Amino acid sequence: MSSAITGHQDLLSAPDARRSRSRRLGRQQLWIWLLLTPTVVLYGLYTVYPVIASYWYSFVEWNGFESQKRFVGLQNFRDVFADDLFWNSFKVTLLFMVVVVPLKVILSLLLAIVLNSPKLPFSTLLRTAYFLPVVTTTAIVGVVMQFVFDPASGPANQLLRTFGVSEGVNFLGDSSTALWTAAGVYVWKWFGITMIYWLAALQTIPDEVYEAARMDGAGALRLLRHITLPLLRPFLIIITLLSLESSLRVFDLVLTLTGGGPFYSTEVVEIYIYRWAFSATIPQLGYASAAAVIFGLFVFFVGLFQLLGIRSVQRARAAS
Amino acid sequence: MTSVITTRTRETAPTERTRRNRWSTGRLLRRLPWWLIALVLLGGALLWVYPFLWMLSASLKDNIEVFSSSLSLLPESAVFENYGRAWSDANFSGYMWNTIIVTVVTVVLVVIRCAMAGYVIGRYGFFGKKTVVVVLVATLFVPTGYTIIPVVDITQQLGLLNSLTGMIIALSGGGHVAAILLYAGYFRQVPRELEESATVDGAGFFTIFLRIMLPLAKPITATVTLLTFLSTWNAFFLPLVFTFSRPDLRTLSVGMQAFVGENTTDWAGMAAAATISLVPVIVLFVVLQRRFVEGFAGAIKQ
Repeated sequence: MSSAITGHQDLLSAPDARRSRSRRLGRQQLWIWLLLTPTVVLYGLYTVYPVIASYWYSFVEWNGFESQKRFVGLQNFRDVFADDLFWNSFKVTLLFMVVVVPLKVILSLLLAIVLNSPKLPFSTLLRTAYFLPVVTTTAIVGVVMQFVFDPASGPANQLLRTFGVSEGVNFLGDSSTALWTAAGVYVWKWFGITMIYWLAALQTIPDEVYEAARMDGAGALRLLRHITLPLLRPFLIIITLLSLESSLRVFDLVLTLTGGGPFYSTEVVEIYIYRWAFSATIPQLGYASAAAVIFGLFVFFVGLFQLLGIRSVQRARAAS
Repeated sequence: MTSVITTRTRETAPTERTRRNRWSTGRLLRRLPWWLIALVLLGGALLWVYPFLWMLSASLKDNIEVFSSSLSLLPESAVFENYGRAWSDANFSGYMWNTIIVTVVTVVLVVIRCAMAGYVIGRYGFFGKKTVVVVLVATLFVPTGYTIIPVVDITQQLGLLNSLTGMIIALSGGGHVAAILLYAGYFRQVPRELEESATVDGAGFFTIFLRIMLPLAKPITATVTLLTFLSTWNAFFLPLVFTFSRPDLRTLSVGMQAFVGENTTDWAGMAAAATISLVPVIVLFVVLQRRFVEGFAGAIKQ
């Protein structure tokens, strides 16, 4: 209501107008911060503060949320660095990332190219089927998969036995196969989302480009090689980096599928942190925080790398 | 691959004949490679959804049948008591209720706070804007495993640990930067004239936001609602840690983990419990499929 009044004053007298204008702007600033308050408070409390607090916690000895913190300096970091199982969890995380990301990105691109063709029958049905696992609850899928890959009665092994391929593989119970099985389940679970990314990317290529090339006599394979793939390159960087980032967040799947075992063969860093903070008989929160800080820095650098990549893509796109 | 090329090139110049005969043999023959590809992909799709089909079928068998003949998907005779066992004995009715409350309230809170934040970030310059944006973007990818210890500590100090309220506040407080950015991007491109004329009509700052801007942003609200619904319904780490000493407050995902921990041999019960937990999201997905796909695809287009 008041803004309407100030609007009239603008017409009446100049000095008055300036004052009411600054008052209106002041009120606007107030409204702006009022609308920001819920985000500033909640996000500050539950994301920004934890990021900072982790650093403080990593310097204390702290055995449970109700107990006292005792400053120990860099001792936690020294202990984390000396723990072979920490390095193991780091290795598992990296290995998982390196296996899962190319598999997911490349396979889903192939499927997206085929699904994008208007000549393919049932393409909507196919898209639905391949996307379905994405919407399902990871923790529940993890539990179900534990049974699907059961060495004795799970359907995966029954299938292998029916076709006489093998006498049964202990997919999740054997430390040499557990990580690969988890990686397979992960690709299955999140494959659909990269497929949708690729389909969205493919739809940015206008039909005219294809038509012009076809006029010039280009075949499907040459269209793919000289038009589709080069035009998709900027998306490749973004999609790969998004996939890298999300492959670091596998807590739900790994905890429900294997719990990090057998013999720590699937223990990713998040499970390592969880084990020390929440499932140890005497929680080592300071120690777990030190591991979390190292992990957080690692994720940060992957993210930074990602932003730089996207920035360079945008610049290249703006230049062309 | 060569056959694919020929179909492509020939299809580009449709002759009068193919146009007249949609189902001519020549056309069908040329379509054959695509039908073959579709057939292979349909086989793959069956394999893709097989775990869900297996789960559904196991939930209708009794335990002896699940162990003996798990390859056949059709149960000898449908047994529904597994559902009864999961629903009441294993308290999945309670878990379902908890999950619904947590999800609905979180979605409402996230939509409100992200729409408001996105509106002012996308549309106004203000003191400290740069800091706000930089902090949001810098923490875009912070994993739960990193922040979980301070989050539990804070909730404990607020006296909200082991309560649904605490879980809701933590779930709606952390993350959701993408939703803010979506709103900001949308509100940025709404023409200025709209609120200028509203101002002349006497509408204040908040009225403009609530009556004009928010209704305009309906498509964004739909996307944010859907994506937040999904991430909250499927959340696991936080609900798990928040309900250690209150089993009655577990959500479906946490309850499932506990259920198989306690009943390792009840496969049929496990399958029924999993079906109960997954059916709501799957049904929602099938009904709102287009929105889901657009919502996810929106992220890449930005």
